Amino acid sequence: MNRQELKTTIEAEKNKLDLQKTKHRICVCCGAGCISSGSEALLKKLQEEVETRGLEKDVEIIPTGCMGPCNQGPLVKFQPENTIYQKVDCNNIQPVVQAQVVENKPIENMLLFSDSRSKPFVNAKDDPFYKKQLKIALQDCGDINPEKIKDYLSHDGYQALDKVLFEMSPEDVIGEIKHSRIRGRGGAGYPTGLKWETVYKYVSPEKYMICNGDEGDPGAFMDRSVLEGNPHRVLEGMIIAAYAVGANKGYAYIRGEYPLAIKRFELAIKQAKKMGLLGSHILGTEFSFDVEVRIGAGAFVCGEETALIASVEGKRGTPKPRPPFPAESGLWGKPTLINNVETLAGIAPIINKGGEWYSEIGTPKSAGTKVFALAGKINYAGLIEVPMGTTLREIIFEIGGGMPGGEDFKAAQTGGPSGGCIPAEYLDVKMDYESLISLGSIMGSGGLIIMDKSSDMVDVAKYFMEFSMDESCGKCVPCRVGTKMMFDLLQKICNNKGTRIDLNRLEELAVYVKEASLCGLGASAPNPLLSTLRHFKQEYENRIEKEI
Amino acid sequence: MNAAPTVKDIEPVKADPRLKLIAAKIKKENFKPDSLIEVLHIAQNAYGYLPMNVLKYITKALHLPPARVYSTVSFYHFFSLKSKGDHTCLVCTGTACYVKGAQAILNEIEKTFSLRPGQVSTDNKLGVSVARCIGACGLAPVVVLDEEVQARASTTEIVEKINKMVAP
Ligand SMILES: Cc1cc2nc3c(=O)[nH]c(=O)nc-3n(C[C@H](O)[C@H](O)[C@H](O)COP(=O)(O)O)c2cc1C
Ligand code: FES
Repeated sequence: MNRQELKTTIEAEKNKLDLQKTKHRICVCCGAGCISSGSEALLKKLQEEVETRGLEKDVEIIPTGCMGPCNQGPLVKFQPENTIYQKVDCNNIQPVVQAQVVENKPIENMLLFSDSRSKPFVNAKDDPFYKKQLKIALQDCGDINPEKIKDYLSHDGYQALDKVLFEMSPEDVIGEIKHSRIRGRGGAGYPTGLKWETVYKYVSPEKYMICNGDEGDPGAFMDRSVLEGNPHRVLEGMIIAAYAVGANKGYAYIRGEYPLAIKRFELAIKQAKKMGLLGSHILGTEFSFDVEVRIGAGAFVCGEETALIASVEGKRGTPKPRPPFPAESGLWGKPTLINNVETLAGIAPIINKGGEWYSEIGTPKSAGTKVFALAGKINYAGLIEVPMGTTLREIIFEIGGGMPGGEDFKAAQTGGPSGGCIPAEYLDVKMDYESLISLGSIMGSGGLIIMDKSSDMVDVAKYFMEFSMDESCGKCVPCRVGTKMMFDLLQKICNNKGTRIDLNRLEELAVYVKEASLCGLGASAPNPLLSTLRHFKQEYENRIEKEI
Repeated sequence: MNAAPTVKDIEPVKADPRLKLIAAKIKKENFKPDSLIEVLHIAQNAYGYLPMNVLKYITKALHLPPARVYSTVSFYHFFSLKSKGDHTCLVCTGTACYVKGAQAILNEIEKTFSLRPGQVSTDNKLGVSVARCIGACGLAPVVVLDEEVQARASTTEIVEKINKMVAP
């Protein structure tokens, strides 16, 4: 396909969508959460229902990616009204179709959040759950069929790629990304434009582009939802990144625990190749780029970039000291760009709407939006995307609907085993990179676990220490031995056998391990311990023997 | 340095169709040593674990030192050297599930079936394992019984379902 043909196809798909505006589009959430709640059987039943009623002409049924409030699933959304029904199953889908399609009158007590709000919203956009959100990375998730490239095309898909290939030089692209001030969403928050520029500057006949979809943080499912709900958006981001830095070969490293994400991403690659958007001479230009999927084999440390590279090479996933950074010497010793899934999902909108637009969202130091996986003791668990700088209070009490049973909030855990806990007195903290670090936590990849008083913070610290101990690759001593020693001490304190000496030793060890470890895993493993010591010291004190 | 591997190296394949699957993948990957993990994935899926003779076969076909294959297999949680049991019960112990009581489920399973994570019953009928987040945290706590995800799992319900699953 060449440029003109792409334009014609996009126009045709958009027209089709416009024509359909008069019809009913029924979106059935087939994200991981809703599938677990039975949305695939529901999808079949709905198709039968529409057929027996002879409504095929007026109704289009679309299986989509995650719509957000996973805990209320299976979810069914009617467009163009944007009316969402919750907990729909094979037994109650009939009245919903009758009411929504035939009578045009929603059934109030089945609408989203109807069991907890006195007046549920007919247009879900008006609900506080969605109102405070701004979806950029997740923009089309829940509206398009992730298995159809044409659905993506009708939502401005691959227009950014077209613009980049025909109107922008690699320098222009890097300039635009720098201007947007977007930072890596994989955890460390390194400025993406700067990273691209570094890789671009290294001269080498071979360069690689890797998409990090390992998402090992337990309690996080952002990347999974993006890959499953809109794989083409990530692929488009990869192609644009490859064009900017001059890479011709790419790998998408996806966690083995996510078979659906793997399947959909492989399908997306196939479809894009068929349309000439991937492969040799993309859209008839001189630029060629190919992508392969690599399946992760269940090791948390493989999310770390140098370990990930070793894993792509088919080896044990042990990290290497940096420098040299992958930008200089990465996959097979060649300059390599590694970006996280969510970072890449943000690229196409930045190219389409401009870096200026993106940079104005969020806070001065943390631009744009962030996806959070909201889970634990919270009413509306699920997937949300908010502008950087939204406060924790807004996220928990306005979007998340507060705590179940009106329990008191105790702490929020961010950043998984590399992060920390935020106590109630900091509920008004702005969620951005710097503010979280100042509280001894990190933004991390976006897992946000809410805890009430039933969570014992010493046990929480022990839980994460056990995780880091199990996942330590064993290459360096501070991490391998240090995490084990800290775990043993925490275990002792948890069993009420600890002494003040143990507590002091823990604090000492934490600093050693943090300073001396080879990679980020060890360097951040003490964080959950340090942050609970900082904010919940009393709970440790209560557990140790008073006399020495 | 070994001679470059050829198709002949992986022939003759015994009548086992699962070995054929592995041979096909090795051919498709052009005998590249860096395809080891991809090949292991196919083998693990076909057998449910990695039997020693299959590993030896892969070692030979990819012309890799056995130590390299073994060290890779033992590094990754996904690969196992032992059978996981005819039926599997996987309890998520990721953060969200931990906060929502995954440990209570594990305790109950241990009480009822005398199996701890990583153990398989003596008749090989049931294997119990844990995972660190399967990415369905919104539905915590989550248990996977024979590939089927059980959302908002309650202890009694899970024990009941396991009993049904392993019933002859
Ligand atoms: C122990 C450890 C685990 C990591 N896990 C992930 C992960 O699961 N996903 C991810 O994108 N980045 C992960 N990272 C960060 C990567 O090393 C790397 O910084 C990131 O992929 C770069 O992409 P970005 O600039 O787009 O954020 C991890 C880092 C460490 C130290
Ligand atoms: S923590 Fe159990 S599914 Fe994520």
